[in-house]
Amino acid sequence: MENNLLSIVTFMPAFAAFILAVFLRGEDAAAQRNAKWLALITTSVTFLISIFVYLEFDPSNTGFQLVDEAEWLLGLKYRVGVDGISILFVMLTTFMMPLVIAASWDVQTRVKEYMIAFLILETLMIGVFVSLDLILFYLFFEASLIPMFLIIGIWGGANRIYASFKFFLYTFFGSVLMLVAMVAMFSDAGTTCIGGCTVSLLTHEFGSETFSLLGWQVVGGMQTLLFLAFFASFAVKMPMWPVHTWLPDAHVQAPTAGSVVLAAILLKMGGYGFLRFSLPMFPVGAEVVGPLILWMSAIAIVYTSLVALVQEDMKKLIAYSSVAHMGFVTMGIFSANQQGLDGAIFQMISHGFISGALFLAVGVIYDRMHTREIDAYGGLVNRMPVYALIFMLFTMANVGLPGTSGFVGEFLTLMAIFQVNTWVAAVATTGVIFSAAYALWLYRRVVFGDLIKESLKSITDMTAREKWIFAPLVAMTLLLGIYPALILDTIGPSVAALVEHYDTAVAAAQVAGDTAQAQN
Amino acid sequence: MSNDIQLILPEIILSLCAIGGLMAGAYGGKDAIARPLLWVVSAVMVVMALMVASQSSTTIVAFNGMFISDGFARFAKIAILLSAASVLVMSESYMRNRGLLRFEYPVLVALSVVGMMMMVSAGDLMLLYMGLELQSLALYVVASLRRDSTKSTEAGLKYFVLGALSSGMLLYGASLVYGYAGTTLFSGIITTAQAGQTSVGLLFGIVFLISGLAFKVSAVPFHMWTPDVYEGSPTPITAFFATAPKVAAMALFARVLYDAFGNAVSDWQQVVALLSVLSMFLGAVAAIGQTNIKRLMAYSSIAHMGYALMGLASGTAFGVQAMLVYMAIYVTMNIGVFAFILLMEKDGAPVVETTALNMYSKNNPGRALAMLVLLFSLAGVPPFLGFFGKLYVLRAAYEGGLAWLAIAGVIASVIGAFYYLRIVFFMYFGEDKSDALDSNRGGILAGFLIASAVIMVVGIINMFGIEGAAASAAATLVQ
Repeated sequence: MENNLLSIVTFMPAFAAFILAVFLRGEDAAAQRNAKWLALITTSVTFLISIFVYLEFDPSNTGFQLVDEAEWLLGLKYRVGVDGISILFVMLTTFMMPLVIAASWDVQTRVKEYMIAFLILETLMIGVFVSLDLILFYLFFEASLIPMFLIIGIWGGANRIYASFKFFLYTFFGSVLMLVAMVAMFSDAGTTCIGGCTVSLLTHEFGSETFSLLGWQVVGGMQTLLFLAFFASFAVKMPMWPVHTWLPDAHVQAPTAGSVVLAAILLKMGGYGFLRFSLPMFPVGAEVVGPLILWMSAIAIVYTSLVALVQEDMKKLIAYSSVAHMGFVTMGIFSANQQGLDGAIFQMISHGFISGALFLAVGVIYDRMHTREIDAYGGLVNRMPVYALIFMLFTMANVGLPGTSGFVGEFLTLMAIFQVNTWVAAVATTGVIFSAAYALWLYRRVVFGDLIKESLKSITDMTAREKWIFAPLVAMTLLLGIYPALILDTIGPSVAALVEHYDTAVAAAQVAGDTAQAQN
Repeated sequence: MSNDIQLILPEIILSLCAIGGLMAGAYGGKDAIARPLLWVVSAVMVVMALMVASQSSTTIVAFNGMFISDGFARFAKIAILLSAASVLVMSESYMRNRGLLRFEYPVLVALSVVGMMMMVSAGDLMLLYMGLELQSLALYVVASLRRDSTKSTEAGLKYFVLGALSSGMLLYGASLVYGYAGTTLFSGIITTAQAGQTSVGLLFGIVFLISGLAFKVSAVPFHMWTPDVYEGSPTPITAFFATAPKVAAMALFARVLYDAFGNAVSDWQQVVALLSVLSMFLGAVAAIGQTNIKRLMAYSSIAHMGYALMGLASGTAFGVQAMLVYMAIYVTMNIGVFAFILLMEKDGAPVVETTALNMYSKNNPGRALAMLVLLFSLAGVPPFLGFFGKLYVLRAAYEGGLAWLAIAGVIASVIGAFYYLRIVFFMYFGEDKSDALDSNRGGILAGFLIASAVIMVVGIINMFGIEGAAASAAATLVQ
């Protein structure tokens, strides 16, 4: 099925950015307004087109759909398509971007460049989720660092230089090892096609015989090495404990819209990478390293929740809470069963809405008071009732209250992990309690109490624009909480196929290993 | 014989052009003719590039094996001629404004280009040395073109002394190779130098030859001259050093390794791999502390030579192809970056401090954006063309059994990314200051800058066919 709908969705924002860069001149108010409106219209239209993608998508088909391909250099292919795993990430991206643009309506400095950066970022993010060629994926994955680096560095807070460099170099370092692994895969399989070609990486079996390297016995052989190289990249991107330290810095310094994109979409690239590459392509490697990752996730959940408790900066607190929630995601992915993967994807989508909304909520009061110190607030409910309500909803969703989307993902992943490793499940569940502690405490300190601070006496409630930005997020959070089948039905068949593929591959490797042992 | 002459017609025409220019300068208008001469020389170079491109695509050996015209030589010659012509055109306004536009300048550049063209076509150690010396002697002189500046004369002298040393090493290596192989022809040496049975003397010969060549490509540990020469020479000369001679030296390196010692890959592979890894890391680490953008580019070029050597070290045809693609991309990027450096002026005086770029993007958004693209491309960040250069050499190294070199290379590229980002930081993240750089001149330079940046973006679609050309060029060198 040849179809260029996906290419249109991917490159439309970049095309708009090109128009902005070349044809829009000047820095006056009119030019700024044009830049904003063009960005908003483009992202909205992109979202509308992506709805067509969603409608044309057939969930019962587990292969790649809406494939568009063309020849490229070095024997590579430009090839895009979606399956049950990637389609929702595409939708999440196109859904969030108009809100992000609308949330940055008050940007004053370098509006044109700001909009260009975000539009290009959208193209790159969609590209990550739709690319079906290894190098094409890497291209989008890495290139997204550039606009984000500029967004943090140009429009960020006081300590933005440090944060932007840390963000760039940290994630760049993680990814280059993946690049070497990709080169190795290219040589080994002779193709860079991810799936759906005559020879494709998803069906290629990479060597899993144990061999020794510099005196080390590498159990799982080449698969383990490749897995670790990809893991280095995705773990940094996720981010997983202990390589999460770039995230709080980046979040705190980034402008509100940057934080939203970072939390809602960019972090999901790591989880998506695990689902697209690590699990199906290196099942034996995943089986070898998996237990370690489960424990790392459990530690992440508990440790970062505790760290979140003592934060004095609101954005930092939410950033740490993101790390904890990503812990649930990795835990779900590497429990490698249907509930786990369902839960992980659900958690990622839902966290996209919730964390995005929380950062927007911080942005609302930051725009008014220009501080993110928790101590600078208190008693906001007296002056901002609507804000208090919305913030309450997302705080509860963040905690994982049943009825919100936050609950479904956490519950599914915990259920999945309980079948695999009870101890990890026990540790991780305590994290749920901690998350309730820091989230509710934050809410109490900011919203409840008496309004005693002089500076807050004249604070105003949300404007109509702000309410409209939150409305879709509220709707999605509740809708997914009440009717999770919306997501689960879409991803179900693809996830089932992935789990089956994984189990078969691991079992086959097990048999091969046993025979080899018997022969010795 | 007449066929042989016809084959080297481009070299002859360029030489005649240089000699004619010299005569006209000496007996005629002196420096008044410098400007038209510069345009003539660069036009001749472009025409010669077209002429080389239209030569028959077969491999022809002329002058009893001394001179080889094959796809590889043609690829390198076209790259050399076009980059030299670009740099000449770029340098015109800078040299004129500073009274440096003497008629010797285009003549010397033309002569050094003739030397380079001979280098890449060399089929014999004698021709190799002749080409190399013709190139080097011309370059020593242009390095010290600014006679009233101590830095410039120091650069020329340093370059000359160290260059002479390296030529000595190269000659010593050549004599050893001749002594043990019994011939100076590459086609003869290759039958003697077989893997596993190379004699110790021949091995020494190879190592000395490699050392001499490593000096020319400024690979660590023979790189010491590079930062000083880059800093001291007038900026257009630096731009020239960073482009055409690098292509020529790297092509010569490949020519010697594969044409003469292609059957003894295992004997030199580790040496080249070591040069490569040292260059990548030193280039990346040493550039961090630099505040002078020309010194910074010197270390950057050292690092880039490391990556190109990575392709050579693989010992495969794909490795040579990767090196050629890498060099083509590298030269294009460097022309753009040096166009930018030439544009860095304040009240008409050149500025080389990176701190002077503070908030450059405010007054010159277009140029800053072009430089941003080039910097990320130099750092090897996708989606720009520089990334594909890296991808090529990484793949070559991995398939040549040098996975450790590929891993070292990507780690060095992360370290290297830091200093490229720092320039972005100055241009975009700094505080507003009043003493901005001039922003109203240099149509040609801005054109080169923008063109180079556009190539970095648009090139990812199909690399303008460079890929296929490099593949067939590499195939003629490595059977």
